Amino acid sequence: MTDNPIPADVTTQAAVLPPRLAPFARPGEPAARTAQSSPRWVQQSNLARRHLTQRLAFAVLWLTGLAVVVVLLLVVGYVAVQGFQVLSPDFLLTPPAGGLSGEGGISTTIVTTLYLVLLTVGLATPLGVGAAVYLVEYAEGLAGQRGLLPYLVSSARFGVETLAGVPSIIFGLFGYALFVSALHFGFSLLSAGLAGACLILPVIIRTTEEALRAVPRSYREGSLALGTTQWQTVWGVVLPAALPGIITGVILSVGRVISETAVFYVTLGGSYQMPTSLLSGGRTMALHVYYLAMDTRAFEKAMATGTILILSIILINAVINFFSHRLTARLGS
Amino acid sequence: MPLRYAMDRGMRYLLLGSALTSILIVFAIGLFTLREAGPAIQQIGLERLLTGAVWRPGQEQFGLLAMIAGSICVTIGAILLGVPFSLGGAVFLAEIAPPRVRALVRPAVELLAGIPSVVYGLFGMVVLVPLVQKIPVPYNTGYGLLSASIVLAVMILPTVTNIAEDAIRAVPREYKEGSLALGSTHWQTIVSVTLPAARSGIVAAIILGMGRALGETMAMIMVIGNSVIMPQPLDHNPLTIVLSQARTLTGNIAVEIAYATGVHESALFATGVVLFILIMLVNSLARLVIRRRTP
Repeated sequence: MTDNPIPADVTTQAAVLPPRLAPFARPGEPAARTAQSSPRWVQQSNLARRHLTQRLAFAVLWLTGLAVVVVLLLVVGYVAVQGFQVLSPDFLLTPPAGGLSGEGGISTTIVTTLYLVLLTVGLATPLGVGAAVYLVEYAEGLAGQRGLLPYLVSSARFGVETLAGVPSIIFGLFGYALFVSALHFGFSLLSAGLAGACLILPVIIRTTEEALRAVPRSYREGSLALGTTQWQTVWGVVLPAALPGIITGVILSVGRVISETAVFYVTLGGSYQMPTSLLSGGRTMALHVYYLAMDTRAFEKAMATGTILILSIILINAVINFFSHRLTARLGS
Repeated sequence: MPLRYAMDRGMRYLLLGSALTSILIVFAIGLFTLREAGPAIQQIGLERLLTGAVWRPGQEQFGLLAMIAGSICVTIGAILLGVPFSLGGAVFLAEIAPPRVRALVRPAVELLAGIPSVVYGLFGMVVLVPLVQKIPVPYNTGYGLLSASIVLAVMILPTVTNIAEDAIRAVPREYKEGSLALGSTHWQTIVSVTLPAARSGIVAAIILGMGRALGETMAMIMVIGNSVIMPQPLDHNPLTIVLSQARTLTGNIAVEIAYATGVHESALFATGVVLFILIMLVNSLARLVIRRRTP
């Protein structure tokens, strides 16, 4: 610091600044102003105080981050520890027997859940992917234009946004009014599957849209330059490139269906028998948890079923992470 | 040659058709819930439906005010309890978590989002309700606004955390660099530069969390007690209102739809319409806030 041309009068001000700041004191700065109003030690430790505040604040933030993990471990841990006491291959393979203590296992509820997943995903995927392809590949150029088609496109976008915000019990009410009552499907896999498909449609559309947007423009241009039609480009180039993203969306909606209760509570009936056709009612695993907890108070069995649900969600999240890593890896190279 | 052009044309219309299903479903939902709610609105009258505090289907009394109050109270409770943690978590993840810690907390948030609501409800029933019941207040059953708010706070945490984190990450680097270059600490930068710049995104995150809270059904039925009463203090201490039982709009539909007929059933659809309008208001508010961010 000796080669720094500090004027002589500054040295007196530098004395009240923390040593690390002293070289930065500018000549003529009224450093003494605060020194008069606040005690000397406050003035001296301004930087130290700011660092102390930061430390305290960061400690609180670390604790919040920790709290998130602790809450998760608490919920998952409690349910899993209680659940594993009941869980056994037998529990998974025997059908529920009803009764006040919730006798029996959960085999039929697993089958019903699988049927329902296949039904909803089977119905919603073609529609959702088709919708997303249109919105991204065909409708992008229509923005700002007038006429019927741009109007339809913007109303379709509004539809997706709205559907994504609709609470699931409303899908249930709708399914109850239209499929169960008006179309006479009754409380059945079919009614529940159709209502569930409406629920996951926006999920699939949104994730597919995102996946399609991530496909570089040059892929499309290269294909179109070879003389293909737009559909050939979409089918042969864009969709394969976006496939991992689309699969991610589908798996995400599988998770939604597995954990959904409200929609199926009012459309599926709740019978614990094995479903024999599209028109028979049933009970998903999540619904079974609800009935066990509310009607029979068989909490251990409910937790065992809940454990299976949590395990499937963990599996689903792992698969999603795998696919989204692959997507970034593929498009990055 | 003509075949592939015909194919192209055909697919274009087919895809347009599937794009339009979303708006068709929205229309169908609106149409069917309104049509089914029609008789109740006609017979009871919109005003008595919205302002009546008594819900006794057996005596043809259908007032939704207690349920509206229940839904709003529990949402406020969830926001008060959940938002500090959610925002803290978002700042932590976006600004100060080292990559390794982030790799632990991120999946935790994802898993919290994925856990089925019945499992939260079950946890609430088995763990929270007995704990809350220990509070020595007469008529305290443990089921009520407090238990429901705690459960709901955990359930909205992933929504709020994710959106708020995105908003914080979207703040341009230059803003932070400018602040740091002026000599402020990282924390001062977060408080006086980053968070104000991400303000609208954070507000949107909270509003969307409210939407999520208003729409939650099964977990609420399991822990809120479902009594149709206006939330009220249990004794002379006004704070005991948090121990009051209540019923949400969503719960009202789910609990009674299975055995409801006639006007009663129609009144439940009217409950759905009220809920739908409430959520639409909340969501369009969020959309408005997000849109204002991008000039």
